[in-house]
This record gives sequence, structure tokens and C-alpha cells, in this order.
Amino acid sequence: MCTYSAEHVPATGSGKGAEGWFRLTEVSVYLDHPVHALADHTLNIDFINPARGPSARVAVELSAQTARALASAIEAALAAAPAGLA
Amino acid sequence: MNEALTAETVMMKSQDGHEVEAYLARPDGVDSFGGVVVIHHLPGYDSATKEIARKFAARGYAALMPNLYHRDSPGASPDDAAAAARAKGGVPDDQVVADVAGAAAYLRGLPGCNGKVGVIGYCSGGRQSFLAACSMPLDAAVDCYGGAVVHVPAGAPASMKPLIGLSENLSCPLLGLFGADDQFPTPAETAELSRTLDGFGKAHEFHTFTGAGHAFFSADRASYRVEAAVEGWEKVWAFVGQHLGS
Repeated sequence: MCTYSAEHVPATGSGKGAEGWFRLTEVSVYLDHPVHALADHTLNIDFINPARGPSARVAVELSAQTARALASAIEAALAAAPAGLA
Repeated sequence: MNEALTAETVMMKSQDGHEVEAYLARPDGVDSFGGVVVIHHLPGYDSATKEIARKFAARGYAALMPNLYHRDSPGASPDDAAAAARAKGGVPDDQVVADVAGAAAYLRGLPGCNGKVGVIGYCSGGRQSFLAACSMPLDAAVDCYGGAVVHVPAGAPASMKPLIGLSENLSCPLLGLFGADDQFPTPAETAELSRTLDGFGKAHEFHTFTGAGHAFFSADRASYRVEAAVEGWEKVWAFVGQHLGS
């Protein structure tokens, strides 16, 4: 199915897209058909800056298993950081 | 038929006056032909859907696919434009209707067009194909696994409304091609739509393929199901031949 729901996260940081680095202002997270991954549905993350146009985007399409492992890894990395860094 | 064709990017005028990019494929060496508006799926104005337009041209029809995301994302790659459109909750129905009406008028104006124009759409475009057929005079419509016609799923944008209430306005015969394993639309939903169309005496022909789910026509995706796709295309050719042929 085509889903339309998405989680939108305000972002501070940078991403490297097709035309180089740019400032990120938002992250969209959603489950839908992938463009490239060989699966019916994937967990898709778009790191974007809409003010710079639709091409200011770093996209990933992940299996649900990978997405969950990534979420855990992010939490683990932040938890393991020395005090005061994250 | 020698399957010769010409394909190119053109600018067409939407019914609301906007200039919209579109992909035109038309048969070469054919004196009289019907037209088909091809509505791309949610992933956008992509190469796979342009190939569908060329497929129609090879069969002797002029096909025009408006880029539904062109207004907001001119010049962007199809996947980036689709992501931007998706983030906004998709394209408003009124805008889709205007673009399809403009595309239909463009096709009717082509020298050699026999005046018959239909519409076909996939995925979200399947829903939009039904929407168009209920919103303007057309000669045939094909809905390939369009969801949110009968029920809109939880989480969909508030602007997205079910379309089944428009059934009385269906202007032309409708071919529906669905997958038995699809959850969007489910076989129960397409059966409900069929009953509703029966109630209004609207000509329609629905086929639900076993072993197939959503997007079974997409040869570049894991959802591709060759048996359903081959049989589905046979249904399409018979249907458009009957209703759009010269």
C-alpha cells in the first residue's frame, strides 16, 4: 500500500546529498514503498532542507530489521558517550 | 503494427491554467488513434511509468503522462519530487483533476486523435484514475490497485477523502485490476465498490489476481508478479481496444 503518514523531526546538523553538504532542518521518517530497495515496503528516512528545494535530501531505505537495529545503535552510541558530550 | 513511436517531454496546460511538464508517447505511421492519460504512482514521474506510456504508443495509442509534482518541484529528480510531495501529504485532488483534464484536452487536440480518451493509473494513480473518471467526461478508465477509494486508512492526510461517494458520477466504463493479497485496497473494498457501481448501473469489469499483492505490474520492484502482470496487460489491451480504438 501507499502510506501517507510520516514522523517529522526538526533537525540540526548537516547532510551530504547529490550536490554536496548542506544544512539539515528536518527529518522525515515513514514506512512506504522504496524507490530502490528490493522490498515491498521499507522504513525510509529523508534528511532534508525544504527551503533549499526537493533535491536537498539524503535518503535511505531500510528493512524494518535494519531500522530497529539502527535506532538501538543510535541510542547505544549516545549512551556510551563520555559525560557532557551528548 | 510495427510498434514505431515517438516519445518526448512536452509542456501542457492544466485546466486551471498552470503549465505542467508531461511525457508524450505517440505512435508513428498511424492515421487515427485513441488517447490515454497515464497517471504515475506515488513514487513519481519516473522511468518505469514513462515506459508504460511508451507501451501504449507501441500499441497504437497516444499516451500523455502529466508530472503531478512539477508545480512544486520543477526540474527535480522524480524520487526527490515524490519525497517532497509526500511530505506535504500528496497532491490535492482538485489539482489532479485539473491536470488530467488538461492532459485529456491535449490528447484530443493531437492531429489524428479519434476523439476518444481514457485514463489509467497505478497505486495512488489508480485512485486518481477513478477520481478523474468521476470528475470529467472520459471514454474509459483503468484503476490499477488504487487505494483509498472506499476507505481512507488511518494516518492519511485529512485532505484525502474516500471517493466511493462519487460513483454515481462515473462517466465511462471502468476496468479494475487488483491483487488478492493487497491490503490497500482489500478484496472486500473492491467488492464493495463493485456493488456500489452495480447499484448505479455503471459498467465495470474487475479482476482480482491470486498470488499478487499491491503493485504487481511494477517490473522493477519486488512486488512484481509476472503472471498477474501479463494477464493484466491482456485485460488492458482488450478494454482499451474496445473503448478507445479507432
